[in-house]
Amino acid sequence: MASSFKIRKIAELLDARVVCGEQFVDNEINYAFASDLMSDVLTLESEQLVLITGLTNMQTVRTAEMADINCVVFVRGKKVTPEMIEVADENNTVLIECQYSMFRTIGVLFESGVNPIY
Amino acid sequence: MEFSYEVEGGNFAKAGNAASGVKKVLKQLNVDPKIIKRIVVALYEGEVNVVAHAYKGNVLVDIDTNRIYIKIVDEGPGIPDIDLAMQVGYSTASAMVREMGFGAGMGLPNMKRNADIIDITSKVGEGTVVELTTKLTS
Ligand SMILES: Nc1ncnc2c1ncn2[C@@H]1O[C@H](COP(=O)(O)OP(=O)(O)OP(=O)(O)O)[C@@H](O)[C@H]1O
Ligand SMILES: [Mg+2]
Repeated sequence: MASSFKIRKIAELLDARVVCGEQFVDNEINYAFASDLMSDVLTLESEQLVLITGLTNMQTVRTAEMADINCVVFVRGKKVTPEMIEVADENNTVLIECQYSMFRTIGVLFESGVNPIY
Repeated sequence: MEFSYEVEGGNFAKAGNAASGVKKVLKQLNVDPKIIKRIVVALYEGEVNVVAHAYKGNVLVDIDTNRIYIKIVDEGPGIPDIDLAMQVGYSTASAMVREMGFGAGMGLPNMKRNADIIDITSKVGEGTVVELTTKLTS
């Protein structure tokens, strides 16, 4: 059985800020995947996935939209833009800004029992 | 139902407009979310290819009760060797494209995997036509 986590819990574990999609923080996440390569993310088939990335641009939010990813964590204090929030809001995507590095973010989630896809 | 969308070469901010529009329509038609995902992922990769590799393009979408047909036509450098371009990892993407999160050479193979039928024709120095056909029911 895969363990699942509420998005709210993910944000808490990472001491991170939910910048949009507040109303969906009680939705569940089953897996995490980390990448800055959107063409790689677009090959994933898993559902209820949190994407952890350092790539802060429209492509990240569009990729989440097309791949049905409902939560994206931006690491290392990267700032989400108003245009990104607009598209994310339209698609009910939760965007989270996290100060931790990619390595630490992944480490914390993995240690807490969030499942990898592979 | 027919729609068409313009795609601007180099304009990453707008890449995904066509895929986003098509996703909304397919949702309204109550198509299975898994099938929607296959369709819009393939279309999005196609749009990004026009933005990344060509000068400008047009996406034509035709939806009937059984299938969706998508034709992505661009004016651009064309693809000299389509079999090579279809291989995972083959990419001529610029550093700028890679900074945008693309350019791994995974787009065309992923489009092939996600569409029922893919047809690519290309003329070097003129442009490329990618046609995707996918059934709307499993
Ligand atoms: N519309 C196009 N016009 C010209 N060349 C293209 C076009 N689409 C693809 N190509 C060529 O085929 C190669 C492979 O395309 P593919 O989509 O598989 O990978 P990519 O676009 O380089 O990277 P990724 O899709 O992983 O972001 C490209 O690098 C480019 O050389
Ligand atoms: Mg591509």
